[in-house]
Amino acid sequence: MKNFLFTPRAAVYAGIFIVLLLLPKMINAYHLSLVETGLSLAIMALGLNLLLRYTGVLSFGIGAYFAAGAYAVGMLNMYWPEYYTFETAILASILVSAAVSALFGFVCVRHTRIFFSILTLALSMLLFAVLEKAYHITGGSDGIRIPIPTFFGHEFEGMRRFQFLTGPYYYILLGIFSASTLIMLAIVNSPFGKALQATRDNELRAEMIGVRVRRFRWYAFVIAGTFSGLSGGVWCFVSGHITPEICNWVFSGEVVYMVLLGGFMIFEGPIVGAMLFTYLRLYAVAATEYWMLIIGATLVILVLLLPGGVTGGLYDLIERFKPKGRAKAGAEVKHA
Amino acid sequence: MLEVKDVIKSFGKFMVIRGVSFDINQNEVVAMLGPNGAGKTTMVNLISGHLFPDEGQVLLAGKDISTSPPYQRIKAGIARNFQLTQLFEELSVLDNVRNCLFSVQGKLGRFFKPAAAYKEATEQALEILEVFNLAQFKDELGEGLSEGDKKILDTAMAFALKPDFLLLDEPTSGVATAEKFKVMDTIINAIQARGTATMIIEHDMDIVSDYAQRVMVLAEGEILADGVPVEVMESEAVQETLFGVKSDDAVRC
Repeated sequence: MKNFLFTPRAAVYAGIFIVLLLLPKMINAYHLSLVETGLSLAIMALGLNLLLRYTGVLSFGIGAYFAAGAYAVGMLNMYWPEYYTFETAILASILVSAAVSALFGFVCVRHTRIFFSILTLALSMLLFAVLEKAYHITGGSDGIRIPIPTFFGHEFEGMRRFQFLTGPYYYILLGIFSASTLIMLAIVNSPFGKALQATRDNELRAEMIGVRVRRFRWYAFVIAGTFSGLSGGVWCFVSGHITPEICNWVFSGEVVYMVLLGGFMIFEGPIVGAMLFTYLRLYAVAATEYWMLIIGATLVILVLLLPGGVTGGLYDLIERFKPKGRAKAGAEVKHA
Repeated sequence: MLEVKDVIKSFGKFMVIRGVSFDINQNEVVAMLGPNGAGKTTMVNLISGHLFPDEGQVLLAGKDISTSPPYQRIKAGIARNFQLTQLFEELSVLDNVRNCLFSVQGKLGRFFKPAAAYKEATEQALEILEVFNLAQFKDELGEGLSEGDKKILDTAMAFALKPDFLLLDEPTSGVATAEKFKVMDTIINAIQARGTATMIIEHDMDIVSDYAQRVMVLAEGEILADGVPVEVMESEAVQETLFGVKSDDAVRC
């Protein structure tokens, strides 16, 4: 295991983790809450990229499992407030999103390419319709308020939402984000992760070396769904209020955008993408009411000039300045 | 070892395999010949589980596997290569082979420890790459190999599944002529060390006559001849089917 712990990448990870730990002392509360949004969305982006990069299928309905996670928290508070704590809420978001993604995934993994994408989109819109129309159960388009929970018996009574978010909650979230990242890193490098990549590269061959292709794709779907659910579970506390919009395909599309922006070829790309997107949208919205235009234009520029996303471009740059200069930057990117 | 009994397979109205029966014993190297469209690859697909027969049975060591999915057949000991190379192009050469070993060891579902930390599988994969002369490319991506090396890797992957019955669909097509016999020697030596039964689909007569102990000729979905290479090649019907000539003016191979 030593080889995996003492690498330049591990050093960068540790450095970034320390910066993130010290962040509350470095930036103001407003920006810290934005970082929190970015960190929670990053968990979902990692999940989406397990499908896109490592399984080779593009989900346009990842928001459904995010919503499943967030609504699990909201409805736990609505119907069983006596059990409403942070730990039960997170457990509920994981279980519910795993169940929903297992069900939806069972249908979706029978297909690949555009058929898969359309099915994921259709199923997420089905859930969207239910969340919006079942007013008396889900609060309809009014949504559900998410109050501050207790954390392992510790109460944050009297604390304002803002204080809670920029104080203790930041560290809780950072812990969950770090754990999720490490778990995903382990998954993509494990024999299971390699088998997934095998199904992506060549379904026929994967089948003929004994990979149960659909089943493995289904597992990947459930893992991705659960990551999204966890993401929804931690994000809803940051937002304080959830509406069916998070189940809409527009939101799912934004997650795809995040992954492309950060660079889907590199493991860390989606994390960078989620962070950048959070800020990009903020400044775009502040700058003009036609903010979608800015987002769209960036996407076009990205696809044309920087197909590897921000991290892909960065890796290419590093490769270019490496002394030995192994020329094929693209090949290097694919190893990551 | 492997037994095929009265197998019939149709695609729509077109019957590709018309009641084929044969068996292959342990340690035996059998070549299957036949003109294009005779149903050779369909036969490989029926045995490997990519297709299921409409009628008849495929038995491995006495067990009916006619309707078993591929992963069960691999567990039972059948492996195949592909005529048109099928690799995991964006994985390293080492990973291509190591994935096969994880499959044999039942470790494909392990999702925590990095693949590279499985010492046994990694060492075995390196040994196989060494045997097939691919060790220097272990960190290259599959897509980075030359066509000939891709073909060899394709066969190495089938071999890494440690089969009792190995199906080789034109293992040397696309391999440089100078390398062909080296590759075949490697494969056959490795096979014989394990006592693996093998069926080779091959167009190259030199390879057939050098390596196969038995030849089957498939034509229009039926077995036309089955026997020792020399005898089968002498048969008039076979020469007509394979070379389109009668025995008088046949070019001896």
